Amino acid sequence: MDDKLIIGGHEFNSRFILGSGKYSLNLIEAAVRDAGAEIITLAVRRANTKEKENILDFIPEGVTLLPNTSGARNAEEAVRIARLARELGCGNFVKVEIMRDAKYLLPDNAETIRATEILAGEGFVVMPYMYPDLNAARDLVNAGAATIMPLAAPIGSNKGLATKEFIQILIDEIDLPIIVDAGIGKPSQACEAMEMGAAAIMANTALATAGNLPLMAAAFRQAVEAGRKAYLSGLGRVLARGSSASDPLTGFLRD
Amino acid sequence: MDNQYFVDSGNLSAEALERKHRLENDPSCRKNHMEYLPGMEEIKSDIREKVISQMNEYSPEKYTAKDVRTALEHDTCSIEDFKALLSPAAAPFLEQMAERARLETGKHFGNTVYVFTPLYIANYCENYCVYCGFNCYNHIKRMKLSMEQIEHEMKIIADSGMEEILILTGESRSQSDVKYIGEACKLARKYFRMVGLEIYPVNTDEYRYLHECGADYVTVFQETYDAEKYETLHLLGHKRVWPYRFDAQERALLGGMRGVAFSALLGLSDFRKDALASALHVYYLQRKYPYAEMSLSCPRLRPILNNDSINPHDVGEKQLCQIICAYRIFLPYVGITVSSRESAEFRNGIVKIAATKVSAGVSTGIGDHESKYSGKESGDAEGDEQFEICDSRSLDRMYKDISEEGLQPVLNDYLYV
Repeated sequence: MDDKLIIGGHEFNSRFILGSGKYSLNLIEAAVRDAGAEIITLAVRRANTKEKENILDFIPEGVTLLPNTSGARNAEEAVRIARLARELGCGNFVKVEIMRDAKYLLPDNAETIRATEILAGEGFVVMPYMYPDLNAARDLVNAGAATIMPLAAPIGSNKGLATKEFIQILIDEIDLPIIVDAGIGKPSQACEAMEMGAAAIMANTALATAGNLPLMAAAFRQAVEAGRKAYLSGLGRVLARGSSASDPLTGFLRD
Repeated sequence: MDNQYFVDSGNLSAEALERKHRLENDPSCRKNHMEYLPGMEEIKSDIREKVISQMNEYSPEKYTAKDVRTALEHDTCSIEDFKALLSPAAAPFLEQMAERARLETGKHFGNTVYVFTPLYIANYCENYCVYCGFNCYNHIKRMKLSMEQIEHEMKIIADSGMEEILILTGESRSQSDVKYIGEACKLARKYFRMVGLEIYPVNTDEYRYLHECGADYVTVFQETYDAEKYETLHLLGHKRVWPYRFDAQERALLGGMRGVAFSALLGLSDFRKDALASALHVYYLQRKYPYAEMSLSCPRLRPILNNDSINPHDVGEKQLCQIICAYRIFLPYVGITVSSRESAEFRNGIVKIAATKVSAGVSTGIGDHESKYSGKESGDAEGDEQFEICDSRSLDRMYKDISEEGLQPVLNDYLYV
């Protein structure tokens, strides 16, 4: 079955996007391999280094880089960081992250919309990290976003789908791929989001804090694939919304 | 305990010695430590009142094992929970606290540990802080590096691979003025990705100027939040003005700095109260300036063996670990720095639990990086050190040790935007 994830005209087979910032550089390769990931995020501020060990050197060939703008507090800063990412050779993809809050790292939707508009105008494939709000998501679509990346729970919290109902609304109403980002703590949560119809999952902390990172990467891969297949198959009545009566409610209709 | 610090240098004149003794023995001849000196900016802020009222209310002895257990069961740590975790009742729960702290550190920082180095560019000081090696009555070799010397030091440090530098001076406005420090920041930006400052507190417009010169992070140690105790330890000079120092981080943020760091020198006064106040200083400022990055340092007066009778405030390694774990549980998102005053064993252990930043390749002397890094003799061109460090590991060694603990050393995670 041909089931590609399409972002800004680029096709991907994997629906699991891997973070890179919270674990040892020498584990990146194994994580990418066992997660089957084709996209990996990295903080531009980590790549902007003359360090003997630059994170860019640890990312396997053929994987699409998704630089993020973490550290940006407003649209202007995010735009500057995105441009720097392009200069550093990170390609055209950018994950816009704008936080005015150092404690929870919650995204600022209004600034994110502004940055998305500017960067989309400059030819970036813009993947904005956002708080799941339908109005903001629509604005992001109009601003030229390639996907929408709503948070499931605060970054690093491993709390799972705390915003489930609102993510479902985005999946139902927005025509772009909805990629659930932040807060996914275990494979079962990733699977659940995929069953709901999310286009992909992004995770970092859940892997970084696992006892065996490559094994957890493999578990996420399987969970994402299972959830995707369940979604495509059309979920059965056990999981369908509402309940079904054993006698048909419309049995009284006579023609 | 006060007198343990008083040391008379044989080089002081009779007149200076007499003044020194008067300051030490007669509180009435000291300036009012709560009164601003001319030129000191006074900002409107309610942070001080909030922190100090909480600190004054805090009675560590009243907390029980039950309070500690309850605190550890809560998903988010309240101020009341934090007070319990800092109390003597929490001592038997150190392992559980460490487990929880490790979990919180992992959520926010993964397994990364940041490495930086301090650079002292001058050790002139106009203050008499009785416990400090740089104090103005101490007969030490004073020195202020020229811009050429600073650049030379920076090159040596940058060549070692370091990307973040913390510029320090003694607290002398006349010898190390803001312009001088600003020029040093401009040089530092040529060699480093991130430039921090640990200098005497200045006004908002001066922080703004230093920010424009390239500094983006300001560290000010309050030493102790107990103003009355502070008065007995900081006898002379602008540092004596306690409230001006308290508001330094807020002025730095108003001046455009991205981040600020805090600390008490644990052991000067009741360390539990000082730890509470340090963390609440961060907590309340974070609520007011939510975009700012904040971090805590954890220096302590190193206890002397069998010193219990002299200083009841001694902070042992277990107590320091308890404080750091409590900081992490209460403020999971803040950076925690552990300096080279602590041993390599302690630092190796604490980075696995809660600390996120360590220094390496450290010298607290002036102009001696070349002799320290390469062994090359520099003759007389060095100024004396502020204090002796315990962990003298080089960057390479620190990098290797952190990696071997299964952690990822990070030399830069910073962008000027």
